[in-house]
Amino acid sequence: MARTTAPVPNGNLKIQLNGNNFKNENCKKNGYHNKAQKNSTAHSAGPPSSRQRFQRPESFENPPMYVAVMTYLGFGIVTLFGYFRDFLRAVGLEKCHIAREREEQKDFVPLYQDFENFYTRNLYMRVRDNWNRPICSLPGPVFDVMERVSPDYNWTFSLTGKTIDNVINMGSYNYLGFAENDGDFLKTVADRTQQYGLGVCSTRQEMGNLAIHEELEQLVATFLGVESSMIFGMGFATNSMNIPALVGKGCLILSDELNHTSLILGARLSGATIWVFKHNNMQSLERLLREAVCSGQPRTHRPWRKVLIMVEGIYSMEGSVVRLPDIVALKKKYKAYLYLDEAHSIGAVGPTGRGVTELFGLDPSDIDVMMGTFTKSFGAAGGYIAGKKELVDSLRSHSHSAVYASAMSPPVTEQILRAMKCIMGLDGTTVGQARVHQLAENTRYFRSRLQEMGFIIYGNDDSPVVPILLYMPGKVVAFSRAMLKRKIGVVVVGFPATPITEARARFCLSAAHTKAMLDQVLFDLNELGDDLCLKFSRRKYSPRPQQHNNNDDTDFELDS
Amino acid sequence: MGSPQVVRVGNNTSARLILNTWPLVCAPAYHLVLEGILILWIIRLLFSKTYKLQERSDLTEKEKEDLIEEWQPEPLVPPMSKDHPSLNYDIVTGPPSHKIIVNGKECINFASFNFLGFLDNERVKQKALTSLRRYGVGTCGPRGFYGTFDVHLELEDRLAKFMKTEEAIIYSYGFATIASAIPAYSKRGDIVFVDEAACFSIQKGLQASRSFIKYFKHNDMEDLERLLKEQEIEDQRNPRKARVTRRFIIVEGLYINTADVCPLPDLVKLKYKYKVRIFLEESMSFGVLGEHGRGVTEHFGVNIDDIDLISANMENAVASIGGFCCGRSFVIDHQRLSGQGYCFSASLPPMLAAAAIEALNIMEEDPEIFAILREKCKHVHKALQESPGVKVIGEAYAPALHLQLERSSGSRDTDVKMLRSIVDYCLERQIALTLARYLDKEERFLPPPSIRVVVTIEQTEEDIEKAASCIREAALAILK
Repeated sequence: MARTTAPVPNGNLKIQLNGNNFKNENCKKNGYHNKAQKNSTAHSAGPPSSRQRFQRPESFENPPMYVAVMTYLGFGIVTLFGYFRDFLRAVGLEKCHIAREREEQKDFVPLYQDFENFYTRNLYMRVRDNWNRPICSLPGPVFDVMERVSPDYNWTFSLTGKTIDNVINMGSYNYLGFAENDGDFLKTVADRTQQYGLGVCSTRQEMGNLAIHEELEQLVATFLGVESSMIFGMGFATNSMNIPALVGKGCLILSDELNHTSLILGARLSGATIWVFKHNNMQSLERLLREAVCSGQPRTHRPWRKVLIMVEGIYSMEGSVVRLPDIVALKKKYKAYLYLDEAHSIGAVGPTGRGVTELFGLDPSDIDVMMGTFTKSFGAAGGYIAGKKELVDSLRSHSHSAVYASAMSPPVTEQILRAMKCIMGLDGTTVGQARVHQLAENTRYFRSRLQEMGFIIYGNDDSPVVPILLYMPGKVVAFSRAMLKRKIGVVVVGFPATPITEARARFCLSAAHTKAMLDQVLFDLNELGDDLCLKFSRRKYSPRPQQHNNNDDTDFELDS
Repeated sequence: MGSPQVVRVGNNTSARLILNTWPLVCAPAYHLVLEGILILWIIRLLFSKTYKLQERSDLTEKEKEDLIEEWQPEPLVPPMSKDHPSLNYDIVTGPPSHKIIVNGKECINFASFNFLGFLDNERVKQKALTSLRRYGVGTCGPRGFYGTFDVHLELEDRLAKFMKTEEAIIYSYGFATIASAIPAYSKRGDIVFVDEAACFSIQKGLQASRSFIKYFKHNDMEDLERLLKEQEIEDQRNPRKARVTRRFIIVEGLYINTADVCPLPDLVKLKYKYKVRIFLEESMSFGVLGEHGRGVTEHFGVNIDDIDLISANMENAVASIGGFCCGRSFVIDHQRLSGQGYCFSASLPPMLAAAAIEALNIMEEDPEIFAILREKCKHVHKALQESPGVKVIGEAYAPALHLQLERSSGSRDTDVKMLRSIVDYCLERQIALTLARYLDKEERFLPPPSIRVVVTIEQTEEDIEKAASCIREAALAILK
């Protein structure tokens, strides 16, 4: 299979494999891991295997060599054309659509450097109809996309007023299907709107601390099984406005290379030193931890004040699940703190939807800072930070968000309360749990069918985020447009959101997807995969009765 | 080489030369090799460092383990006392509208930035409910990935029309608006001139931009011009660098920290004189200043095209959530790919966008409300003048004033405690006020402690009289 001599086009692939190797060896060799296992046996009532689960197989298959070559070639051609068009524009042979500076300000220092926008102007512009597609309905399992036309190759769009109805939604992060508009479900939200209005017009510390905010904070803490929690009005800002309250100068942040922008921004604003470790690679992390503790700060060699490891539960572009048991063991050994961003995993994984800690059967108190958002699984907006009471108390007085940013909107708060109660079964139904199970089932079904068809998909078998690798820029665009023609809304991403050779389509599964919908998507994918030659995988996928939880795939990985 | 006898007959100089080189030719090979090595050795000695670098003493595994064992990090968060002043928030039960229940007591609200009373507006609520029935609550995605709803497009369109600009872009959180907009344009190496009183989200945006920041004294145009002149001299020295260094002036329309207005016409003059772009943050002035509530540009009659970017939040006068930037498409459109808070965050819940649209509808239909608000502001400003021991900070038409102590006790903590007692005294008597909160250690220029007094159009004459007399009594009782 992947025993190819193809030069790995990007370090990323190799890293993944290393990570896998490491995990398997690790269990045998490294003392700390065994220790962790022993600990868990000591504390748990049940047999160790049921208490602590290990990582499901995670695959990152290398494409054939010709794919990498063609991808670079594709970008090369497009870039050449870009220069050619720039030349034509410069000599006035091609009409220039770019917005211009005002006449009065022509002699100012240009707001943008010309080369900065080369990629936008020449590449993104031509294909930008694949993003920002406006919709005019609920972002549920199906939605209505507003039809757009462009007379000038996407420089301007106009809406035709027509809609493409009932497009199957494979793009929204509606994991548990709480993006819904059923009157009965939303009754409490409507009541709250009627009672409170929409905004709060103040910050939490001034006059915006509503009783329902505190109610939600208690519920979040109970849901996660921690002492206390605090909620914030925007998920992105939860990271960027709270990390500076936790670490500062003289502290070290160890950040996964694929962390979300909000984490990176928060880390940067904190003033702490940032070291980046390879994605989900425990060897890389441990090397940095050792280095940090043994040599202290650069130049002065003062010991670091504290070390904070920042990871995400599920990485939204890779579909990989963090190696939490290993990281917890490392953080305990090196006395670091752990910041876990569960934006995509809370509600979406774990037998009862409690996120990655539950997926691995870990004690939530082992995670120092549990962060998550309400945008995805809960169909609302905002984020939370949960953990020990001291942590939350400190945030309540030092968080930038508590002092300077508006508190959470009451109807949004109510939606989260409603969704969370539903997942916890506090509404007296099993609807929430049924959805968690449905999502897990949909995930397994969809992933295994795609593998059968021969697509290269990334990520963990448990992850409802499923990236299908498309590699070549031309195919990305053709794929997205053809899927929309077949009434399936997909998200495609390429450079700069991914490494240049690894453009992909991302499918987000939802509990609200019915089997019929998934089958429709799979049918179209299969056809399109053949038409566009997207089935790059050279693995033999044989459906086995135990295919979903065996470890054979991992051995497969080791061979590569 | 010829033989020495022959040469001796010829030119004398060349003879000497050959004589000198003769031994080289005759020397045995081992000699040459040895000398060659010696020469290489000398070269090496010449170029190598004369001192030894500190001996690389790699730690042994055992030593490393010991170090790891010994290292004790600081606790993740510093320990805090339970009665820390910023820990125990006032609890609001029920809606934070004109009548507000704070800590179980019904009060008249002089604390929420609900200037136009839209929080409790039936039309706004109905519009939001209609949207809720259609779209649900969340958008479950960023704008790029099916998080763009027709409501968002409509709101952007309406905001652009309302402000009479080419384009507007909405963010899902007020704080993130200017904090994302600044680093979208101003990069490392660029220069930003900022007013000292700039609000916290501007400070965070500047920090994220990693630009070179120059603070000028609050509303002091001479100080700003001094800095601009300094920069001009600097530029003449290095014209090549100056050609690619972008410059920005970032000011607030109505300062949240000082409740006064920036001298916009003067700023525009400076803009063209020194070729600097102006970014204007209007969170406090949007929907407040100007005949039609368009903010400080309308207030001064400045052409809005002369301002490169205007940013405001929709969490104050509009009483929803979120923020927006507006200006020319040339400027604004860039944020759709570069504004971090725009690209990487879920979009604004449609019902909040719908509420903002309805608020804009009301603002357009009934510009009277801005005049009413101005009247109320003047009234409050005047009524507060007579309180002993405290001074009113801010313009007469500013809807969010500050009450500061006339004489500071010298310690910030004591000042804050005194002001807090005034707030508590008023809360007791059904007037809801709040301290202006800051993160003391994070602010670049920490404003003096103050009580915020917010004016809304819902406050009646009696309410204002009651509040003013209450503050007067409190000041008399506590500050004497």
